[in-house]
Amino acid sequence: MYNKTMIITGLVIFVLMVTFPVWYNGLDAGPLPKPELPPGGEKECVASAAFMRDKHMQLLNEWRDDVLRNSDRVTVTVGGKEYRKGLQLACMECHSNKEKFCDSCHDYAAVTPTCWDCHLTPTEAASKKEAH
Amino acid sequence: MKYAYSFLAVIALILIAWLGSQIPGMQYFFGVAVPYLAIMVFLGGFVYRVVYWAKSPVPFSIQTSCGQAKSLDFIKPNRLECPTTNAEVVARMALEVLTFRSLFRNTKSEIYDGPKITYESSKWLWLFGLMFHYSFLIIVIRHLRLFLNPVPEAIAWLDWADSMFEIGTPAMYMTDAGLLIGLLFLFTRRLFNRQVRFLSLLNDYFPLVLLFAIGVTGVLMRMFLRDGVDINAIKQLAVGLATFSPVISTDIGAIFYIHLFLVCILLIYFPFSKLMHLAGVFLSPTRNMRNNSREVRHINPWNPDIKPHSYAGYEDEFREYMVEAGIPVEKEPTPQKDEA
Ligand code: HEC
Ligand code: HEC
Ligand code: HEC
Ligand code: HEM
Repeated sequence: MYNKTMIITGLVIFVLMVTFPVWYNGLDAGPLPKPELPPGGEKECVASAAFMRDKHMQLLNEWRDDVLRNSDRVTVTVGGKEYRKGLQLACMECHSNKEKFCDSCHDYAAVTPTCWDCHLTPTEAASKKEAH
Repeated sequence: MKYAYSFLAVIALILIAWLGSQIPGMQYFFGVAVPYLAIMVFLGGFVYRVVYWAKSPVPFSIQTSCGQAKSLDFIKPNRLECPTTNAEVVARMALEVLTFRSLFRNTKSEIYDGPKITYESSKWLWLFGLMFHYSFLIIVIRHLRLFLNPVPEAIAWLDWADSMFEIGTPAMYMTDAGLLIGLLFLFTRRLFNRQVRFLSLLNDYFPLVLLFAIGVTGVLMRMFLRDGVDINAIKQLAVGLATFSPVISTDIGAIFYIHLFLVCILLIYFPFSKLMHLAGVFLSPTRNMRNNSREVRHINPWNPDIKPHSYAGYEDEFREYMVEAGIPVEKEPTPQKDEA
């Protein structure tokens, strides 16, 4: 083999790069997200849990379009209780701890929805109410 | 027909993963066994190919130069086009790898009545090639969010920048469009450019179709067919693979296994195909050598070890026989004692 040092250095760098997740995680899969169930004691979501896990972002998008573009401000009934269609008005009524619910998953999957730039988290909404 | 076969091959692979992953128990095969096998073949094959290449001697300085070489002091050398030092070689290589500089010089030749031939600068291949490669790179880096726990800030930042337009939820990535548009161009170029079509083989079409199918299944999974795409369950599997403790969740949909299987096929195919240009570009003697044949003697390493043998030495060795045979010699033999 010619140019041994260069070739071997290059190959070692390449293999280390490809196997980076192994070194980075250090054989420790780390904590799994544990989204907290609604503190209010509700038992059902607006759809099945599996559906929500896979598609809640698409559902939210549809709802936003329904409400804001088609002015379809309706209510959804879950477990006998009525909620107004929306992010703050429905989801956050039950999942009232955003940090322990939404963020727990989102931190794991490294997604940062921009919704909270405008929408208020339940904590923020509560503190706003106090100020007035 | 060659392109049709590559479609057929990819469709067959999709069907294998689709139907196969529906058989109970086979999720483990497609989600754990095949990925481990693929990464091993990829790394092993990659190292093998590079070592194999490194065994070929390069006796001459055969780098391509397109500028004035370094010679007399008053002649200005073109340091980038005709590198004579390591730093210049690195600079030229970096520009080649990062900006596809030689492709930027691509020309298109056409024959007109006359007959007259014209050459025209053609930047499309460069543009779409660059777009495809950078999109691919960013997508692969972004995918690390599925393999790393916790996810480094830099990857979250890249994710944010890539989905900046916030089209749809989950937000569409710019690089997804870049990848697919780039691949479409590279593929149609092979179909519609007559010269290139004539040169194209099955193994030119196949990687393009395979990559396109990987991109399409990825986009479908993210934007359209989200049933069974529970990113947390998938991440648990991916992190599990990286920590050698894979966990398969039963509710991951077939579309994910199709995506993953195609990626594994790509990894297995990689070391034995033209995709090895990833390593090849660094190992090209035409690009990684210095143009220093005026300063350094390049010796063919496979030359047998032949000692120089001057005529004077030759005569010293054979003088007596030469004299005996009547061959003229330059230096007369010293007269022997008993003759005197
Ligand atoms: C630029 C600021 C902004 C951002 C970012 C934003 N929204 Fe909104 N959203 C609004 C406004 C303003 C309304 C109108 C409230 C109304 O008329 O009731 C609204 C309404 C909604 C509604 C329907 C009614 C309600 O009150 O919930 C939904 C659902 C919704 N947004 C979802 C989302 C989601 C999901 C995201 C993140 C992907 C998001 N929004 C990001 C400003 C924003
Ligand atoms: C009536 C109260 C209620 C409302 C309103 C509600 N949820 Fe839920 N949600 C629940 C409950 C209860 C569960 C747990 C269901 C289960 O485990 O079967 C749940 C589960 C979920 C899950 C799956 C969590 C997991 O652990 O896998 C997601 C994601 C989710 N909800 C998102 C939303 C979003 C987004 C909205 C707004 C569109 C919403 N929910 C509205 C009560 C609610
Ligand atoms: C079971 C875990 C889980 C829970 C709980 C959860 N999410 Fe998500 N969410 C995800 C995952 C995973 C993604 C990323 C999907 C992807 O990348 O394809 C996501 C993505 C999103 C997105 C789209 C982000 C983007 O990139 O545009 C929105 C909006 C969103 N979630 C809103 C919510 C809200 C609001 C809640 C709380 C009510 C919530 N989610 C709770 C797992 C969860
Ligand atoms: C050659 C390597 C790969 C390529 C080119 C590729 C390509 C893509 C593309 C273009 C997308 C669309 C969304 C995005 O850009 O993030 C995607 C999504 C996805 N890919 Fe890959 N992929 C590759 C490898 C993998 C591997 C090894 C896995 C296994 C864990 C994987 C799992 C996923 C998942 C789960 C999604 C959906 C992401 C989401 O919904 O946000 N991919 N892929």
